[in-house]
Amino acid sequence: MTSLAAPLSIPDISGAVYTHDIPAERPWSRVLRQGQTLRIIDSEGQQAVDALLYCADDPAERYSAQDTLRVQGSAYVDLGTRLVSNRGRVMAHITADTCGRHDTSAGCCSCESNAVRFGEAAKYQHACRENFILELSKHGLTKRDVVANLNFFMNVPIEASGAFTVVDGISAPGNYVDVTADIDVLFVISNCPQINNPCNGFNPTPIRVLIWDPSKDVT
Amino acid sequence: MTTAQTKQEISEASRRRYEELRAAGQDVTPKGLPEATSLDGAPIAPDTIIGRERVPAGWYATVRLRRGEALRIVDDSGRSSVSLIGWREEDTSERINCADTVKVQWSAAISKGRVILSDMGRVLLSLVEDTSGAHDLLVGGSTPDSTLAAYGAISRNTHENFVSAAAKIGLGLRDIPPCVTFFAPVALDTKGRFLWNSGRKRPGDFVDLRAEMNLVLVLSNCAHPLDPARPAASKSITLIRHRAPPPAQDDPCRTTSPEIVRAFEFTDRLYA
Repeated sequence: MTSLAAPLSIPDISGAVYTHDIPAERPWSRVLRQGQTLRIIDSEGQQAVDALLYCADDPAERYSAQDTLRVQGSAYVDLGTRLVSNRGRVMAHITADTCGRHDTSAGCCSCESNAVRFGEAAKYQHACRENFILELSKHGLTKRDVVANLNFFMNVPIEASGAFTVVDGISAPGNYVDVTADIDVLFVISNCPQINNPCNGFNPTPIRVLIWDPSKDVT
Repeated sequence: MTTAQTKQEISEASRRRYEELRAAGQDVTPKGLPEATSLDGAPIAPDTIIGRERVPAGWYATVRLRRGEALRIVDDSGRSSVSLIGWREEDTSERINCADTVKVQWSAAISKGRVILSDMGRVLLSLVEDTSGAHDLLVGGSTPDSTLAAYGAISRNTHENFVSAAAKIGLGLRDIPPCVTFFAPVALDTKGRFLWNSGRKRPGDFVDLRAEMNLVLVLSNCAHPLDPARPAASKSITLIRHRAPPPAQDDPCRTTSPEIVRAFEFTDRLYA
């Protein structure tokens, strides 16, 4: 069962059971067990982090951006947002956020959409969907499984007119977001390689991930 | 080795180009979009009609469209919303992509003159006629949970319609992407909260969607989850499949912006 009553206290970094620096432009994945908290640190600031979640026991159940926004009743991801699956279950929720603005409507960059947006030469630039396809292939998943994703630290205001713009990220170096798992989830990240719009300040940089496990708390 | 100086120059050049694209996409393009179709406009010549179907409230239809054919969706009562997903017939790993649709057109609002894109940088559908301009790409269709929360019991819903329809063409839950919902006037306030603007729904509102590739579409006639009306208020819709006139050189949907011109170039290559 999912629970929203998980403690909101911010764990001490020293107790992390896992730490990893994801290089600029690279993907990453790991199973996050129920109750574990993943911290994503925007080490150098203004770096978009594309993310997908799959139910570890049945990956046909996966993160759904539209279900998440419908349940929340508003368009942006921030502290307290419940990340809802395509079967309506809460997979995880945001338990800390020092940035305050994340997107889940703009999707990920792909070679094909880059070619449309920025000209055919951009087709031959590395893109988040390449990262997702490669990382998902390690888990028996394919392009079919790439759905509308989360974009942590990405700033995409939507105006009343419908105007929809990726603008400069507001995350400062060291800003972080904590995601606590409500069920066992496969968490997949693409450290966004986009260089044609301001989502990475036109300069992709490394990020750091840490995991805390309350059941292994040494204190 | 790239020096810091050149790196900064490249990044500044990229920023200038992005600003130019944004200005073209948001400041210039909407002025070039055609006026909405009037409720009594755009009659379909009877000899171009291929088929017609009435879909009861709560139900779904699967429609195959060849490139160049069009589907008219009519909200006869002004009380329906119609959620749509679709795949390219020859390769169903290519499908509707709402995120690319809004990102490439710099707009979460689609109306006459806009297009719906696939995940492969190609155009699935063009909105060649549209009386409404009030369609949702952010919130999605109804689900078992949304109907339970709204009505106290699970009623027929778009998620289950999509699962059933997909199963009948050999697809499954993994193949169901986010949907676009027509006649669903979802707006945002300044804090990003969703609002339902019922004043923008009228009996007889319709859209004409021209297929730009060979497609399999699924349409679900279920109340949008933000619609405060009870499901009993929903009514049937009419679908009319017809042969659209071939696009002219200056077809409004094909010429909106440099991005859209490229998306059509990539689409046309499939059929060159």
